Amino acid sequence: MAKKVLIVDDEPNIVASLEFLLRQSGYEVHVAADGAAALRQVQAVAPDLVLLDVMMPEKSGYDVCQRIRAHPEWSNIRIVMLSAKGREAEMTKGLSLGADAYVTKPFSNAELVARIGELLQERGSPGGA
Amino acid sequence: MSTRGRLLAWIAALYGVALAVPAGLFMLLAAGLPEADAAALMRILAQRTPALLFGALLLLLACAAAVKWVLGGYLTAAQDLAEHTRLIQSANAALRLEAHGGPLAGVAAAVNELAEAYRGLQRDSEARAAEARSRLEEERNRLAALMSELTQGVMVCNADGTILLYNEQARMLFAATDVAARPPLVGLGRSLFGLIDRAQIEHAAQRLERSVERGERLPSARLVTVTAAGRLLKVQVAPFLGAQARLGGLVLALEDVTELLGRESQRRSLLQLLAARIRAPAANIRAAAENLAAYPEIESRRRTQFIDIIAAESRTLATTLNDALREYADALKAALRLEDMRVTDLLEFARLRIAGALGVATELDEVDEELWVRLDSYALVQAMVHLAARLRDEYGVRRLELRARPAERYAEIDMAWSGTIVASDALTQWELQPMEGGAEHTPLAVRDVLEQHGGEVWYWSEGVGGLRSGGFRFLIPGAKRPGVAVRAGGVAPSRPEYYDFDLFARDAVPAALNEAPLVRLSYTVFDTETTGLEPSAGDEIISIGAVRVVNGRLLRNEVFEQLVNPRRALNPDSARVHRIDAATLRNQPAIGEVLPSFHHFCEDTVLVAHNAAFDMRFLELKQASSGVRFSQPVLDTLLLSAVAHPSLEDHSLEAIAARLGVSVMGRHTALGDALLTAEILLKLLPLLAERGIRTLGQALEASRKSYYARLQY
Repeated sequence: MAKKVLIVDDEPNIVASLEFLLRQSGYEVHVAADGAAALRQVQAVAPDLVLLDVMMPEKSGYDVCQRIRAHPEWSNIRIVMLSAKGREAEMTKGLSLGADAYVTKPFSNAELVARIGELLQERGSPGGA
Repeated sequence: MSTRGRLLAWIAALYGVALAVPAGLFMLLAAGLPEADAAALMRILAQRTPALLFGALLLLLACAAAVKWVLGGYLTAAQDLAEHTRLIQSANAALRLEAHGGPLAGVAAAVNELAEAYRGLQRDSEARAAEARSRLEEERNRLAALMSELTQGVMVCNADGTILLYNEQARMLFAATDVAARPPLVGLGRSLFGLIDRAQIEHAAQRLERSVERGERLPSARLVTVTAAGRLLKVQVAPFLGAQARLGGLVLALEDVTELLGRESQRRSLLQLLAARIRAPAANIRAAAENLAAYPEIESRRRTQFIDIIAAESRTLATTLNDALREYADALKAALRLEDMRVTDLLEFARLRIAGALGVATELDEVDEELWVRLDSYALVQAMVHLAARLRDEYGVRRLELRARPAERYAEIDMAWSGTIVASDALTQWELQPMEGGAEHTPLAVRDVLEQHGGEVWYWSEGVGGLRSGGFRFLIPGAKRPGVAVRAGGVAPSRPEYYDFDLFARDAVPAALNEAPLVRLSYTVFDTETTGLEPSAGDEIISIGAVRVVNGRLLRNEVFEQLVNPRRALNPDSARVHRIDAATLRNQPAIGEVLPSFHHFCEDTVLVAHNAAFDMRFLELKQASSGVRFSQPVLDTLLLSAVAHPSLEDHSLEAIAARLGVSVMGRHTALGDALLTAEILLKLLPLLAERGIRTLGQALEASRKSYYARLQY
């Protein structure tokens, strides 16, 4: 069974590319356009990995990350934060709040797919293929 | 005893003697007479009673006339002598007594000789004083030259924010570009807080006080302020020491950095701004382009979608670039505010402010003394106060702990509490609100402050149940410790001491202006020229001149001089006095424009004029049309002169000037008369002090009494 990836981003232009890319790479892809929807999707589909944009209106990527990490039953979900902010302080914040990786935009598709692959391989997941 | 009393006593005594002589003779005559003769004598006397009484009355008049003739002039002359002798001693040693006839001529001559000797002594000491003054003057000139050579503006103020010294550049930096704007003025004795936000200065002063206590060498603080004319100033603040090595005042070096906004060397902040904005659209383009390249057999619907994305995002990039360039200025402004600071100091300020403004008990954990950060401490403390206020109001958090530790290139600052669970997205809301804490408001949000710093903040929590604790963690860029901190005994002994240092002893704001000593007050001494003498009959002001007197010094450089278009014909009689012609006045502003400027010039001073009631009446009549009210206390040199010399009659400007040894020049221009009046005021103050009049309240009260006394004449 394909691993499940949840893309959380409010910008349709990046979602389109990421969705296509990850489908092509063999993942089952789900999409959420804001923080609240993301948390509902996490509950509903139990993704293996969340690709989480930091800058979203209402609930920020940091908030979503913190909520996911507050639930022990979701501790196996890998979180990759995507951000247009490349400063060290933001990366430190993301990693401090429990993200597994912090990727700065613009990124290389190939590298992102590789990083996602690594993270899912590293620890595996109970529902894995 | 008064002159009148003395005269009456002398008359009574003389009259007594004059009556006693015939009475004695009569007794002698009547003593040896037989009874019948004595009875006959009494009868005769009884018959002559009216004639005797008339004789007695004549005798009384004769006595009175004699006493008045002999003593009257003598007593007046003696009093006059005393008054003038006092004048010689206290105000004008060059004054000489006029020749008197009679026995007083010798006294007057002796007093004149004494005055001559006294004048000689006074000249001697004046010469010595002048020598000392010229040395001081030389140093002062050197200092003034040094300050005027600086391209920077420099201001020196005491701990209360009163300006003691400034250079022309500083005055220019705060000057208005628009005459009507009336910005706060730079001037001796004026308040620094009119120019720069009080909270910003106080924050810097507190910081520097800490540094001084710690014995640091060359401590300084930095702040950025915007002038009324919209110039952006970078201000470097250094302390100097007063008594007991405490903070005595501040030296401010001001630099106009408005122009820097366009400079090549400041591109760094633009770069940062651009990087943050361009990443997202660039990422969208790159991801779409890489998909197109990596999957050539992509279905055509997808292909079109990706090509559209690339086109749209390219347009976004162009817009972003333009926006970023526009906002570049703001970002740079923020960067200018950053300064290096010890984290312990930062936390101590935060502790004091949180406790002071919010009443939230705040403890300081042990912090590494050598941990430094680069920040706008004022803004960051404000951010911490804002968050503490929200915690208190929404979660009842009444106890906080502040701690900090190094984290690679950053300092990690924790504002922690225990026993309360805060919603994880509370901070997200709070950091976007305009900051509010205690009495201060600003349009900035915590998020803006952190953006300016390149810092971050997040919420963390740990533990379970009642033992649960949480906190806000600030990540602030670290800095290197600047210079070497030296703990020295006597700090900076070589600081020069300039004039006007007695301003330091001054109370911040006189608890009641009434209690303020006259010699310490700031005065605006002014005079007006008018079209005539009857303001209520339509006479108008045609000229206002004023000069400031601060702390017993006449500030000849801080003057106000303005002609006024009276919008009516000039009265030829007054025109002869002031010699201003109608053509000159036609191009001048009207009183409605001039009075607000003059009002601004007079702010926070006591008004002084000669025969002030006249000038004040003109000002009062213009109250409605100009919209300004002169509500400050007013002193009148005419009344003050009458208080100082109640027995003298002539209190015209010329008479007082002659009496007090003030040379008269440039009379009958408003500024000339204002300067003369100011000099007279300075001469009158010691004379008033001799009469026990030392405060404004006492002077006003004495003036009031003197006014009514004069009305009775």
